[in-house]
Amino acid sequence: MAINVKVVDRPIEETSYVRATLSGLGNTFKHLIDPHKVTVQYPEERWDISPRWRGTHRMLTTEDGKAKCVACGLCPTVCPANCIKLVPGEDEQGNRYPLVFEIDEFRCIFCGYCQEVCPEEAIHLGRHYENSEYSRDGFVYDLERLMAQTHPVCEMWDPADPKGE
Amino acid sequence: MSTVLSLHAWLQVVDPQQPANFGPWLLATLVKLLVFFTVYLVGVAYTTLAERKISAWIQGRHGPNRVGPRGLFQPLADGVKNFMKEETLPPHVNRAIFILAPMLSFIPALMVWAIIPWGASWASPWGRIDMVLADLPIGFLFTLAIGSLGVYGIVLAGWGSNNKYALLGGLRSSAQMISYEISMGMSLIPILLLAGNVTLRSVVNQQADMHLWNVLTLAVAFVCYLISAFAETNRLPFDMPEAESELVTGYHTEYSSMKFSMFMIAEYANMVTQSAMIATLFFGGWDIPFVTADNSGAVSLPLVLLSFLIMAAKVVFFIFFYIWVRWTLPRFRYDQLMSLGWKFLLPVCLGYIVVVASLMLALEALGIRRGLVFGLIFLAVNAVILFVVFVVFDRGRVLSPAYRRASAAELARLRGVTAARTNLTTQAGD
Repeated sequence: MAINVKVVDRPIEETSYVRATLSGLGNTFKHLIDPHKVTVQYPEERWDISPRWRGTHRMLTTEDGKAKCVACGLCPTVCPANCIKLVPGEDEQGNRYPLVFEIDEFRCIFCGYCQEVCPEEAIHLGRHYENSEYSRDGFVYDLERLMAQTHPVCEMWDPADPKGE
Repeated sequence: MSTVLSLHAWLQVVDPQQPANFGPWLLATLVKLLVFFTVYLVGVAYTTLAERKISAWIQGRHGPNRVGPRGLFQPLADGVKNFMKEETLPPHVNRAIFILAPMLSFIPALMVWAIIPWGASWASPWGRIDMVLADLPIGFLFTLAIGSLGVYGIVLAGWGSNNKYALLGGLRSSAQMISYEISMGMSLIPILLLAGNVTLRSVVNQQADMHLWNVLTLAVAFVCYLISAFAETNRLPFDMPEAESELVTGYHTEYSSMKFSMFMIAEYANMVTQSAMIATLFFGGWDIPFVTADNSGAVSLPLVLLSFLIMAAKVVFFIFFYIWVRWTLPRFRYDQLMSLGWKFLLPVCLGYIVVVASLMLALEALGIRRGLVFGLIFLAVNAVILFVVFVVFDRGRVLSPAYRRASAAELARLRGVTAARTNLTTQAGD
C-alpha cells in the first residue's frame, strides 16, 4: 500500500460489508417501489418559474401600437455585455424613437440592468426561457420581434418585499 | 435430399451420438437456433432498457419514456443511434487488434448461450426434442472456457487502443478475470461432486431428484459463484476495467459507434448468460417446483412451455438482481478486489470442496440415500458454515476498508498530528 495512508481503527459496525450491503439493497429497493418521482416531464409539465425570472426581452408598446422606447440611450450604456444596438431617430414633432433597436440574445447575460435603467419602462426581461433557433442570426432580436413577444415580463426586485411574497 | 443424407453421414462420422431421427432433429435445431438467439438478442437489448429503467426508479426518476409506449422502443432507438454515429479510427491505434477486439468480446458472450437448457425435453410426434441448442457433454466447463475468452476482447481493446487508460483497463480486467475465474471454477466443483456430471441437464436433474435447489444444499458455493459472476461480467461493484471516475471508461475509451456498442452488448449478453447459468446451476433451472411430472425424460408440450416460463422467470430475476446490486453498491478499490478474490473467496471455495466431499462420504457411509434428508443435512451444514463465514467476514479482517489495522501507538501519534493541526488553525484566527 502506498505510504502516507492514514489508517483508522474503525468499529465493526462501520467496517461491516455484509450488513451494509444488505441494508443498502433494502434501501434501494424501497426507492425502487416508491411511486414518487422527482422528474419534471418537461414539454408537458413546466417548472414554476420565479416572477423575477430574467429571460428573453420584450418591448412594451403604447395604446397605439408603437414602442414605448424614446431612444434615450441608457440601456446600451448600462449594458455590461454590450448586446444592445440602438440608433435613435426623431419625427416631425421632435419625438425621439428608435430607428434600429436590436438585442443580441447570445451576448446578453440577462442581468436585467436595461430594464432597471429604462425611464419609460419600455424594455423588459421576460419570464421565458425556451430559446432555440436554427441559426445564430435568429438570436438577434430586432424591434418588431421584441414588440411581438407576449410572454409575461420579469418583475423588479422590490426592497419592501425582498422575497416577492 | 441426397445432400442432406450425405450431411447426415458426415455428421455421424464427426459425432457418433447423432440421433436417429435426423430430419426432425435438423429442423428442430434450426428452429431452436432461430428462436433462442432471437429471444436472447432481444432480451439483451431489453436488459439495457431494464437497466436504465430500474436505475431511474431507484433514483426517483422516470427513465426513458419517450420512444414508444412507456419507452419500450428505446433499445431500437439506441441501436439506430449507434449505427448512425461517426465511426472513428484513431490514427495511433493498432488497426487489426482495434477492429478485432469488439468481435472477440462479443462472440464468446453469444456462444455460451448455446448450452443453456431452457426447458424439459418435448415428447414430440417426431421423437424427443431437447430444449437446448447443444447438449454438450462438457457442460459448464464450456461456459468456463468460452466465457473466459471474452477477456481477450477487453485486453486486446486496451492494448490495441494505444492509450494509457485503455491499457490500464485491459490490465485490470485480465488480472480480475484470472483471479475470479479460479474461485468461480472452484465454486462449481461442489456441484460437480453432487451431480456427478458436468452437463447442465444432469445438474438440473440432480436438483429435481433432491427436491432441493443447489442454492440451499450448496449455499456457500452459491455465494462464491455469485460474487465471482459479478466480477466475471465486469459489473459493479467490480467494474474495475471501466471505472469511469478513474480510467475515463477504461478499455473502450477509444471506441465509438457500433464498436463501442459491441462491448456494451457483450457486457449485457454476459450478464444474461450468467443469470441463466446461476438459475440453472443453483436454482433448479427449468425444473417446475413441487411437481415431479416434468422429470420423466420427455413430456408434453404444455409442461415444456411451463418449464420455459419457470426458467425465464428465474433468469429475469437474476438480471434484475444484477441491476439492483449495481445501483446499490459503490465500486471496490483495486486492492480490496484482489484481496476478496484471493484471500477470501479462493480459500473458502477450496475449504468448501473438502467439506462437501467429506460430508458426502460420511452420509454415504451412514447409508443415507440421495434425497430430501440428504439435502436437509447439507442445508444445515451450509447454514452453519455460512453463518461463521459471514461473521468472520463482517469483522473487517479479511477485507478491511483500510489495508491493515493500525496499532494503538500509531493511532495515538496520528491523532496527535491532527490535534496539533487543529490547534494551529485555531490560533491563526480563522
